[in-house]
Amino acid sequence: MAGSILGNRVLRKEDPKFLTSGGKYIEDMNDEPLFAGALHVTYIRSTVAHAKITKIDLSDCKTSPGVVAVFTAQDLGLEEEPSNFNASAKRAHLAIGKVRWVGELIAAVITERPDQGEDAIERAVIDYETLEPLTDVEQAMNSKTLLYEECGTNIVMGTVEMGMPDNTGDDLFKDCEVVVSGRFMNQRVAPCPLEARGSAATWIDGRLHQWISTQHAQGVRGEVAKANKIDAEKIRIITPDVGGGFGAKISAYSEELLLGNISKHLGKPVRWRETRSESMVSLGHGRAQLQYITIGGTKAGRVTAYQLNAIQDSGGWVEVGTVLAPFMTRPMSQGVYDIEKIECRTTSVVTNTTPIVAYRGAGRPEATAAIERAMDLFAAEIGKDPAEVRRMNLIPKFMQTHKTKIGHTYDVGDYGAALDKAMAVAKYSEARAEQAERRKRGDKVQLGIGVSVYVEITGGVDPMQEHAKINVLPNGRAVVYTGTSPHGQGHVTSWAMIASSETGIDIADIDVVWGDTDLVPNGGGTMGSRSLQQGGVAVQKVSIELVDQARKLAAQLLEANESDIVLDKSTGAFHVAGTPSISKSWSDVAKTADAKSGMIHDGIFVANSATFPFGAHIAIVEVDTETGQVKHRRHIACDDAGKVVNPLILDGQIHGGIAQGTAQALLEEFRYDSDGNPLTTNFADYTFISAVELPSIEVIHMETPTFVNPLGVKGIGESGTIGSTPAVQSAVIDAVMHLGVRHIDMPTTPERVWSAIANASA
Amino acid sequence: MFGNDAELNMGGLKMKVSITVNGKTHDGDVEPRTLLVHYIREAVGLTGTNVGCDTSSCGACTIHMNGEAVKSCTILAVQADGASVTTIEGLAKDGVMHPMQTAFMENHGLQCGYCTPGMVMAAIGLLNENPKPTEEEVRLGLEGNLCRCTGYHNIVKSVLAAASAK
Repeated sequence: MAGSILGNRVLRKEDPKFLTSGGKYIEDMNDEPLFAGALHVTYIRSTVAHAKITKIDLSDCKTSPGVVAVFTAQDLGLEEEPSNFNASAKRAHLAIGKVRWVGELIAAVITERPDQGEDAIERAVIDYETLEPLTDVEQAMNSKTLLYEECGTNIVMGTVEMGMPDNTGDDLFKDCEVVVSGRFMNQRVAPCPLEARGSAATWIDGRLHQWISTQHAQGVRGEVAKANKIDAEKIRIITPDVGGGFGAKISAYSEELLLGNISKHLGKPVRWRETRSESMVSLGHGRAQLQYITIGGTKAGRVTAYQLNAIQDSGGWVEVGTVLAPFMTRPMSQGVYDIEKIECRTTSVVTNTTPIVAYRGAGRPEATAAIERAMDLFAAEIGKDPAEVRRMNLIPKFMQTHKTKIGHTYDVGDYGAALDKAMAVAKYSEARAEQAERRKRGDKVQLGIGVSVYVEITGGVDPMQEHAKINVLPNGRAVVYTGTSPHGQGHVTSWAMIASSETGIDIADIDVVWGDTDLVPNGGGTMGSRSLQQGGVAVQKVSIELVDQARKLAAQLLEANESDIVLDKSTGAFHVAGTPSISKSWSDVAKTADAKSGMIHDGIFVANSATFPFGAHIAIVEVDTETGQVKHRRHIACDDAGKVVNPLILDGQIHGGIAQGTAQALLEEFRYDSDGNPLTTNFADYTFISAVELPSIEVIHMETPTFVNPLGVKGIGESGTIGSTPAVQSAVIDAVMHLGVRHIDMPTTPERVWSAIANASA
Repeated sequence: MFGNDAELNMGGLKMKVSITVNGKTHDGDVEPRTLLVHYIREAVGLTGTNVGCDTSSCGACTIHMNGEAVKSCTILAVQADGASVTTIEGLAKDGVMHPMQTAFMENHGLQCGYCTPGMVMAAIGLLNENPKPTEEEVRLGLEGNLCRCTGYHNIVKSVLAAASAK
């Protein structure tokens, strides 16, 4: 297949390997020669949430079978270092003096085999003087006990502290006929990529080679350089196949950042792999945002004022989760609505829990959930249909930029059309009629309909650019080098399609390389739904430029004017216009450029802005009013991510996003007890969504191209999560609204639904 | 995890096992606590079968033992002595994929690929027991296999496609 194939349902090039021999994840690299003789690292972790460490006694560890060495912070010469996001907060990769969450690293045990490490860490004796455990953000905000004394407070970032306007309180609503308030907990969830983390490190001729399961090798290289106090040029990061990331594998963590140092001390390669139970407390968590909303407007349904006060739980370290509230939730707080007065303040607070990082959606699902629940409360208050109230308040269609009141500029939007399409497929009025019937009959199983209309921001992480290189080899095959980093998103196929559509080289003859910093030194990785709109567009750009260069060489070979040379994209052959019988192949041209290396061209695509995909989701659920059990029956999703390169992959991204959104709405929550002990540390206790809790998903395609990039594409990696979560949550509440229920926090477990009904009728 | 050493020397008592994996018999000495999945990955050297959890919840390690889909993290290597085991690597014949593998490819039933080997083995096991399942039966049948990428939609579609192709 060659020529213009964009928009076609092309099967994935990467699949045969995954389906026949399985991917090659880091744990599978037993035949890697550089790992020969590798020692295994197992970490001793804090078993308490907040404490001073009074003694670390590892003498019994040292005598455990197979133990080669043990290291504390002191042994490795570690010092406390400031957070990237708040310089007053400092900690070391192994705890010095204090621990701040269950699972934080205290020491490393090095063994010949990993099982010996698991046995040895059981013999560690750590004495603690426990401190007040702070697991609740409001408790932490007001407590005199501080996680990081130098900060002088547990508030580690805030919009007001940064000089953004504060919320003005009740004044904002003084002209409103109707005012409703709510308190929503957008609960803490665990990202749970099926592959837990793993890494390996070794020094070769003074250069650190590190393999890591990551979404962003080039970013990790910077972190590894800092941790090892060496220049980035002295480091090679290599990304094996990665079994899912969902944002949690963007940055490197202490477990990985220590390996270079440990390997240097031992003079041997080292490997580390976490168990699932470790991963649940040490891979960053997501969400964890407490929201206070007030919404006001007219009795007729026009919303005129909205206020959000978001309190972000940062967890025990000032990680990227800290900045998502001010820089992702706040800008998107207005959603798809034309609201005259809007305010949003955010406050990020450290607690004695696992640090919060980016998780699929990263700040935008929180913004959408807040405004969508607010719209529902407002609609309920005035007794109008929630879809109708939304429609009354949508920003009208715009094909050039729209500047919001909160101060963001969306690219293109047609929110009403997305809502119409979703309602048509859902047969919305029929569903409402059935709901009315069931209510009238007093059925045990009630029907709930949830509507959400969203806009999100993708490709919004600086620098908004991506690097690509294309090399046509003398044999006519092409290799595309990309700074993005696929781990399930199918870039091998999509990037090959893009390169093929410009060069005419068959996608079977195009390979894609990523994640090795020696081969791809520059790149922004895969996160924030940026890959296609920046990485894919960069591939298109270098492919177009390469074809221009190739036409010059073909002109020489064909002894013709360059302006007369055309590339037949259906065959990948260059010829003089009108004379297709005499042609030169890519192989001919590449050999002419360089007999050994062929033609090489690289470049950077710089995007002028982020893009703002949007859509509408409708969820239809059944709720057993006697048990609180929810069954998700139908999920209708209209997601507009601009032009579609491969609908097969697009749909897959939507499905997966919806599953994670539904999981948050119905099932999943990472929980702690009041002492800060984690309660959901494995897949038996953490209610990871399965096939049984999900319906087949009804996807509606809608394409409103963006002008931000020449492919007209926006991101789709996270939209499903952002749109689905409030739709499913609202559907559950909608099913029992007639019983007096107005809100149920996520996850809407049977116990919570049952209690909400019981309390409402009490 | 244990290097390429076929001998899983974890100290203490060792037992002899003989397990046929994808038609080839492997003899080895194992510590009694060795899980079948570790034997397959480390002693036999077939790494397609993955470990995704430590509570027998995720099903990434699903294989066939004597024709039945089982989670290989839930079986000791010594329990598999004398058994015939099939892993993802043993499905394709002469370079031709098993119909279930083809169905997963054609229906985009995989993304990151980590759950995929276990999912495919579980799906084949499901159709062996129930050749023409309903969607609901496929969903129930795969409840013990977790996937974080696909939302299961295309996995269910793949299994139904493989069933209707039979």
